[in-house]
Amino acid sequence: MTVRDALNSALDEEMSADPKVFLMGEEVGEYQGAYKISKGLLEKYGPDRVLDTPITEAGFAGIGVGAAYYGLRPIVEFMTFNFSMQAIDHIINSAAKSNYMSAGQINVPIVFRGPNGAAAGVGAQHSQCYAAWFGACPGLKVLAPYSSEDARGLLKAAIRDPDPVVFLENELLYGESFPISAEALDSSFCLPIGKAKIEREGKDVTITAFSKMVGYALKASEILAKEGISAEVINLRSIRPLDTATINASVRKTNRLVTVEEGFPQHGVGAEICASVIEESFIYLDAPVERIAGADVPMPYAANLERMAVPQHSSFELGFCVVVPTKPNQC
Amino acid sequence: MSAAATKIIQPLPLNSTTTNRSPHKALFNPLKTIPISSFPASTRKLRLTKPNSPHARRRSTSVFAVSDVVQEKKPTFNTFFPNLLITKEEGLELYEDMILGRSFEDMCAQMYYRGKMFGFVHLYNGQEAVSAGFIKLLKNEDCVVSTYRDHVHALSKGVPARAVMSELFGKTTGCCRGQGGSMHMFSKEHNVLGGFAFIGEGIPVATGAAFTSKYRREVLKEGDCDHVTLAFFGDGTCNNGQFFECLNMAALWKLPIVFVVENNLWAIGMSHLRATSDPQIWKKGPAFGIPGVHVDGMDVLKVREAAKEAITRARRGEGPTLVECETYRFRGHSLADPDELRDASEKAHYAARDPITALKKYMVENNLASEAELKVIEKKIDEVVEEAVEFADSSPLPGRSQLLENVFADPRGFGIGPDGKYRCEDPKFTEGTAHV
Repeated sequence: MTVRDALNSALDEEMSADPKVFLMGEEVGEYQGAYKISKGLLEKYGPDRVLDTPITEAGFAGIGVGAAYYGLRPIVEFMTFNFSMQAIDHIINSAAKSNYMSAGQINVPIVFRGPNGAAAGVGAQHSQCYAAWFGACPGLKVLAPYSSEDARGLLKAAIRDPDPVVFLENELLYGESFPISAEALDSSFCLPIGKAKIEREGKDVTITAFSKMVGYALKASEILAKEGISAEVINLRSIRPLDTATINASVRKTNRLVTVEEGFPQHGVGAEICASVIEESFIYLDAPVERIAGADVPMPYAANLERMAVPQHSSFELGFCVVVPTKPNQC
Repeated sequence: MSAAATKIIQPLPLNSTTTNRSPHKALFNPLKTIPISSFPASTRKLRLTKPNSPHARRRSTSVFAVSDVVQEKKPTFNTFFPNLLITKEEGLELYEDMILGRSFEDMCAQMYYRGKMFGFVHLYNGQEAVSAGFIKLLKNEDCVVSTYRDHVHALSKGVPARAVMSELFGKTTGCCRGQGGSMHMFSKEHNVLGGFAFIGEGIPVATGAAFTSKYRREVLKEGDCDHVTLAFFGDGTCNNGQFFECLNMAALWKLPIVFVVENNLWAIGMSHLRATSDPQIWKKGPAFGIPGVHVDGMDVLKVREAAKEAITRARRGEGPTLVECETYRFRGHSLADPDELRDASEKAHYAARDPITALKKYMVENNLASEAELKVIEKKIDEVVEEAVEFADSSPLPGRSQLLENVFADPRGFGIGPDGKYRCEDPKFTEGTAHV
């Protein structure tokens, strides 16, 4: 099943199960979704539940929050999370903080979803990864699915969750197809928020990644396996809360850690994982933690520069050279 | 279309609720604009126009007849007080509400200077007519969304004075258990949906609540759901993008909302006239197909009449209204504001139009109540406010465990601890430090 179909089926099932769930965003209705994620939903549920909004992120994100305050369960789609910056006041100040400010009286069961991170050649203003920024905020839950099973299970969990959830998808993953189990296709399937998944077991080095980078990490681990290095790949799934328990347990087993992300390196997700591992598992580390992240530049347009600005397989190999000095002549 | 929009046309007369209302006579027609007879055009010179209404002798001469809807009211002969806008009960309710607002805010100032209250405190003195005029017409299920100047909106909506005072003192008995503070008054029970610090932030939230009301009626088929939302905000907010975004969407989807502008002419130290290309805010409604009304916000009866029509419109499903209330805040922007930029003559002009004095005069002159009855109310409110202070003073501060409570409705959002179980499942979780 492709990630696109997985997301579509999750939206369909949750909207069918609970009439209070509705979808709003730009082009979600008649255009069938800017990336066709909401295909068919307008025909099935009508314009009252699948709302095409004008281009006003601050306005419609705020309207979603207000609807959630007063009892509905909105799903607000941002055409890309770059546009969420126009609505970030509502995501943080009126959604994330409200349950706390009202001392539990007003919870906000809203989902903000959309593609996050770099696509292909879309330039600096359409390519930023927001996992780190949203992951820093108390009151938010931040999810980043990788496979179709992740997409289905986490989106359903997000929609059913009584708190605001930021759901970071990836445009380049939408068309990718993954095997999916019968259990995952069941309409009650749900993944727990806050639990990472060990995609590949290993014993020499732990690699943490989320979203598209999980695919890269798995490919890199195959290359490493040929060299005799067994890598354990952790698919974070949940940026906030971060499953530090799983990460630390893995590091205590392998003694080495590489964090991978597409976003900017400073104050990134990798920085948080690194700090957490040093705090909790310092004596287990045989080498410093290595962070692999996007280049510390706004995303360039030229295709070759863009390739250099996001992690490539070669950067993995460099990373592993640093962390796993068993074969120094690889570098 | 454009010709009609620029021509000034007299509005249709507003019939009072004691007469038979024609359900088809829409007062607020978006294609017609409503004239205003006086608007302070300059901060230096105030044009003090004389009231020229034939009914002027029934009102205090210090109250300006700005809204023609009130001037046009036709008398009826089947009520005991044919020309009056309110009954005695309504008048006493309004008076009590305004006195509560005023006394409460004055007490807040006292408590602030004594150190019991802290942070940012924005007082509402002078604007009580808007809160009382609008909110007293609402049902409990209707929603109010406000700004940081929200104490009196919460009080008018029914949040007990002791709960608001405790919240301001930061005590655990406050309406938000001390976690919100002056600028973030929330009450689910009374449908006060905040209290927002950023100007313009409350407007989309209010529009969303109105959206929910319409959704419940049309999608969830709760046929009797006619809940209305009021969004209160100021003149400075009317230059903010979110205001215009929501005027557009509220009109587009015909949401049951009333946008109430409390135009007190000043945004901290920035005069409305220095900040706005066209200072007549009510005009911004018709640009989106929403009726725009300008009303004298220092006269609670005029506010109430405009509010009645706007709220009824919304309840009937006819969509939003923009009501600009010309009002004034007697104190500075906040208790930390030295208030040096406003002219003394401007302050004196509005002090003479104190809404409480005006209502008192109206009620006494029209034999709706005696001075003694009003004094009884004032004394009662004094006691309520004193009791609120005592209650707040004697209430405990929040316990240590409260720091980590209510971040999430589902506290599994704090994630899984080192022992592999959800942190919130540990019974001692909230007694720990903030480091999770």
